[in-house]
Amino acid sequence: MTFWITQALNGISFGMLLFLLAAGLSLIYGLMRMLNLAHGSYYILGGYVGLAAMHATGSFVLAALAATATVTVVGVLMERFFLRRFPEQELPQALLTFGFLLIFADLSLWIWGGTPQTLAKPEIFERSIRVGTIVFPTYRLFVIGVGLVIGLGLWWLQEGTRLGAMIRAGVDDAEMARGTGVNVSLLSTAVFALGAFLAGLGGIIGGPFVGVYPGADFEILEMALVVVIIGGLGSLKGAFVGGLVVGLLDNFGKALFPELALFTVFAPMAIILAIRPTGLFGAR
Amino acid sequence: MTALEIDNLTHTFGGLTALADVSLAVAPGERLAIIGPNGAGKTTLFNLITGIFRPSAGRIRLFGRDVTRLPVHRRARLGLARTFQISTLFPKLTVLDSVLLAVQGLDPARFVLHRRRASYGHLRERAESLLSEWSLADRAHQVTRQLSYGEQRQVELILALAGAPKVLLLDEPTAGLSPAETASVAQMIRRFSRETTILLIEHDMDVALDLVDRVTVLVQGRVLAEGEKDAIRSDPNVAAIYFGSDDA
Amino acid sequence: MSARVASGTAALAVLIALPVVLSSYQLGLVTKMLIFGIFAMSLDLLLGYAGLPSLGHAAYFGVAAYTVGLLALRVGNNVWIDFPAGLAVAAAVSALFGLFALRTRGSYFLMITLALGQVLWGIAFGWRSLTGGDDGLPSVPRPRLPLPWPMTDGVPFYYFVLAFFALAVAALALIVSSPFGRALVGIRESERRMEVLGYDVWRYKYAAFVLAGLFAGLAGNLFVYFNGFVSPSYLSLLFSASALLMVILGGSGTLLGPAIGAAVIVGLENVISGYMERWVLVLGVIYVLVTLFAPTGLVGLVGRRLGHGDA
Repeated sequence: MTFWITQALNGISFGMLLFLLAAGLSLIYGLMRMLNLAHGSYYILGGYVGLAAMHATGSFVLAALAATATVTVVGVLMERFFLRRFPEQELPQALLTFGFLLIFADLSLWIWGGTPQTLAKPEIFERSIRVGTIVFPTYRLFVIGVGLVIGLGLWWLQEGTRLGAMIRAGVDDAEMARGTGVNVSLLSTAVFALGAFLAGLGGIIGGPFVGVYPGADFEILEMALVVVIIGGLGSLKGAFVGGLVVGLLDNFGKALFPELALFTVFAPMAIILAIRPTGLFGAR
Repeated sequence: MTALEIDNLTHTFGGLTALADVSLAVAPGERLAIIGPNGAGKTTLFNLITGIFRPSAGRIRLFGRDVTRLPVHRRARLGLARTFQISTLFPKLTVLDSVLLAVQGLDPARFVLHRRRASYGHLRERAESLLSEWSLADRAHQVTRQLSYGEQRQVELILALAGAPKVLLLDEPTAGLSPAETASVAQMIRRFSRETTILLIEHDMDVALDLVDRVTVLVQGRVLAEGEKDAIRSDPNVAAIYFGSDDA
Repeated sequence: MSARVASGTAALAVLIALPVVLSSYQLGLVTKMLIFGIFAMSLDLLLGYAGLPSLGHAAYFGVAAYTVGLLALRVGNNVWIDFPAGLAVAAAVSALFGLFALRTRGSYFLMITLALGQVLWGIAFGWRSLTGGDDGLPSVPRPRLPLPWPMTDGVPFYYFVLAFFALAVAALALIVSSPFGRALVGIRESERRMEVLGYDVWRYKYAAFVLAGLFAGLAGNLFVYFNGFVSPSYLSLLFSASALLMVILGGSGTLLGPAIGAAVIVGLENVISGYMERWVLVLGVIYVLVTLFAPTGLVGLVGRRLGHGDA
């Protein structure tokens, strides 16, 4: 019993981290029909910048601010100077963002070296809560909390605000959105910034338990892609449900069938693809 | 036997009814115009007949055969061809290459991958004879997107004719053309084989009535009127609805 | 046309003569270029002709390499069995993946081919007892052929690879000029139009998908013999993306352009990693530069200079 509860908790917290990444990936795709392969880079950039800031200031909050601010700026620069030249052209977008993935990977390796690192947790979450025989690390609970808060915030943004209405208009029809006077250019940058911010936040949140290391960018990207394939591109609900599903599958897979760990994530993806090529909540 | 028979065809998407209970029958060799204001469901009807959309209800028969569930390419092989209102030509291919693809589409050699296409002389002969028949031979080696808009509309028609279709659907073949170009496209359609059954969507009432025997008027997804073209011309309901909503 | 045959013959003659002038190290590099040339050309059949941008093409390359490696190490180094088995497994995997991938298009197609490729990567990485996991399978022997020249020597092996390269070029040249190949181009330009003209579009795309997988498998077969080693990196996103870059750099939709793109990338990697550690960074910059400045590839750049817009 303890095993199941602990693994479930780990799975859900990893799922929440994946949700942060997948939500950004999905938002960006939804508005701009753009697959941003550099999204995994934002995770490690967030992690590394967070580490450096933590080292300099000793404050988790300051580290989080520095990391998310840096990553957001990087995302905005990429969008404004490069990606917007290729609207609706999936191949150039893929090549360009893959190029950035490599550039950031190698720069990070150059600057921060190849040793896997973990971010120190904020002190208040160092402790564990004990209920009977079950030990809950409070940091995992904190991650789940952050995921839920972000999820609610995004839901409110999408359903309850003018920005959300514009995003939904853009998702349905960019041409029409332009016709109704929505500033699609600014909106694209804003959504890209939001997506990058969430991925950078992922780097900070994931830093203490997933860690930051060369190759984490690829791994996180691939996991986030599986999440959006399962949940459906462009769907917030899909990113949330997909994140939980993949987080749990990954954790139980690793615990129960270590040899086939990744297979337990990819096989269900293939089954969902066979039944619904656009994912559980994807449009069209 | 009818060439094309449509029974109670209904199509809805996203809660909107694009076509409601449309029935019509066209005899072999007959030419029918489908007219109606924008949004009447004319192109939707063509998409249903060719199989691009699946109807929510109703039946489509081609020469007595039920094709409602057949995929697009199978219907094409039964002798159904169409043109598109918005050009979906092969922009980067030459005119000859495009016509060759159209000729090859209904030829048994279409899936052969161990012989060069150049070794199939009959495909090229057919493509070249089509181009000279419709006076585009001098454009054969030009890339399609470099042609004038009028010439592109001609290529559009030639592609549809390449398989010698029994039933031909023409979706606004003169849209966006100058009066002179319209006249030459209309002249081209007039020269089509009388054995080919033609359904024509046409915005320009005069052009339409000049080319066809019979007319069906579609308004908001329903058949408002149908009959001989002279009867339609003098039908006050048609005049009110069709011309009333059309400022052309 | 005869000019093309003549220049092709001339190029082949140069390739045949190369061992006379090159050192064994340089010849090894050219061997690698030829193998990646086949790999890039195989992807071009999908991307350049059928218009399907796969980001998981390493799957077929890698699965063939693993098949040959495993058979040669665990069962027996019999090229007459191992080689066809590699091709068959690559074709079978692409036949399976094609069923999933071809239900989608655009970004979804990119993403799904990527994810399917990762499935195999995951298996190769995780199933240590079979694949050796991250360490891969070392010491895969070169093929033994009933010839007086051992394949362990660079020159005979170069000719072995060159023969398959020439065969692949000839086969692909025939395919792209066949009615089937022309239909693929039509599908790339307008799928809807092709359906209306009577083409069963799915069947063409599926056949192209499997053929591309088969030729990628050929490259994988040759590469595992060449390197004597196979690891999960053969199945990785990095490999798949490299193939895309080679195709675009050389010129997608042209027969030999991708092989030229492959030669350029393999050559650059060799030169640059020779005197600095930051090859990955340079490679990333190449991706960005090619996308920004040479979207139609080197063939397109040269073509534009010569005054015809379309290669």
